[in-house]
This record gives sequence, C-alpha cells and structure tokens, in this order.
Amino acid sequence: MLNRILNRIFPHPQLTFFLLFIWLLLVNTVTVGNVVLGLVLGLAIPAITQPFWPNRPKVRRPLKAAAYILLVLWDICVANWTVAKIILFKSNANTHSRWITVPLDVTSPEAITILAGTITMTPGTLTAMLSADARHLLVHCLDVDDPDAVRDEIKSRYERRLMEIFE
Amino acid sequence: MNLIAEIVISFLLVVAGTFGFLGSFGLIKFNDTMRRLHAPTKATTLGVGGILIASMLYFAIFLEDVSLHELLITAFLFITAPITANFVAKAHMHRDVKERELPQPEGECGWAGYDEVGDEAQPIDTK
Repeated sequence: MLNRILNRIFPHPQLTFFLLFIWLLLVNTVTVGNVVLGLVLGLAIPAITQPFWPNRPKVRRPLKAAAYILLVLWDICVANWTVAKIILFKSNANTHSRWITVPLDVTSPEAITILAGTITMTPGTLTAMLSADARHLLVHCLDVDDPDAVRDEIKSRYERRLMEIFE
Repeated sequence: MNLIAEIVISFLLVVAGTFGFLGSFGLIKFNDTMRRLHAPTKATTLGVGGILIASMLYFAIFLEDVSLHELLITAFLFITAPITANFVAKAHMHRDVKERELPQPEGECGWAGYDEVGDEAQPIDTK
C-alpha cells in the first residue's frame, strides 16, 4: 500500500532529482525557494510525462557510465583534431569517404541512441541511419582506408562498454 | 597568478576560435553534404566548449562568481549536436541518396528510412 502511494508520488525518483539538479544549475543559486520550486517541477514533470516512459532505462553500473562519459569527452577532443587535420591538409580528391555498416549487439533503445550519438561525436564517423530491424547502424566515414578496422573499433571501444552499462 | 590565468584563458579562446573557424571552413571546402556534416558537428563542439571553459574560468577567477550555466550549455550541446546531424543526414538521404548506393545490412530488413516493416516485425518494444 505504502509502496503504491510512493510510486504514485515518485513515479520516477531519479528523474525527480535530475530535474531538481538541472533547475538549480539553471537558476545558478541555491536558496530554499529555488529548491522548493525545483522539487515542484521534479514532481510535476515525471507525473505528467509518465505515459511517455513505458519502460525505464536501467543504468546498471553508474561508475562505468561516468568512465564512459570521460572516454567520450577525450575522444571528442581527438575527433576535433583529426577532422581539423583533414580539413586543412587533405584535398577533396584525396579524402576517401565511404559508408560502412556496423552490426549491433546492444538491444536496448537507450544504448543504441547513445552509441549513435557517440559515433557522431567521435573521429571521422557520423551515424546516418538505423536498419529497420534495429540490428545495424549505417555510418558515414569521412576519411577511411580500412573500413573493417573502423567497425571493429566502434564495437570494441564503445559498444562493449555500453553493453556493460545497460545490459 | 592573474597573469597565468589570463594566459590560460586567452589560450582557450584562441583554440576555440581556431576550431570554430575550421568547422566553418570545412563547410565550404568539402564537396558533398555528408562530408560537410562532419566539419560542424565535430570542430564546432570543441570551439564552443573552449569558449565556455574560458568563460567559467574568467568568472571564477576575476569576478569571483561561480557560474555553472556553461556546464549546462555544454551538456545540451553534446546531446543536440549528434541528433541535428542525424536529422540533416536523413533529410539529405531522402532527397539525394538512392538505396542502392548504400551498403545493405545483413538480414531481411533494409535501412529504416527506405524499408517498410509490418507491426509484427517491430523489434523495439514500446508497450
């Protein structure tokens, strides 16, 4: 009974705290009034949007998720450098762009979304489309000589970690 | 101390400006839409990121006013940049790319933007 009532009030406790945190960041000052307002938002928004959250993403290993974010931040810096070098020093005729397909082992929609986003942000690759059965990603490579190596790197560097986090 | 802070902040601003410029230059230089997408999604993130870090440092050191808005901007930017790129890529593919120009995925289904599957084959459970 108590559980049910709690469930009604906090349909999504993590989202409540997340919204409170974002709200405090937005107003940039921590006062009692702002915390209360943030809590009101944090309670109202999950309750209203509950129908849109049929199954919650479960993050099994928060520490690994944090490590993943750091890895991606580092790779974004490397990506900038790689792409800048291609823009500056390679002629268009010398840039070998091509499509590759990446077969997916992850199945949860959240993991696939994050993987697609990561691929776009990291060196020389850009996610363009998902296959209709959600088993493959279509990736565009800016400059690549060995498409298999790129595919293997995506799978071993990012997908393996995402599988550990989500599945 | 102030001198070091000034040097660090100026360095970040210069790096940010350089990468921002390179991203925009890439837009002009590349010759097809998919390639053009690579430049702004990547080069610009570091460009904007550098300016935001510089702004955080400046406010923290010289005005002694800790501002965390920049962190939010960075987070929102990193979330929205790949999605924007994905949508631009999809729009471009619908208009200008034929399905036979793409490598086909293994299995029965093709790419989501070209293929149609019935409800019974929908792999992602949304119920």
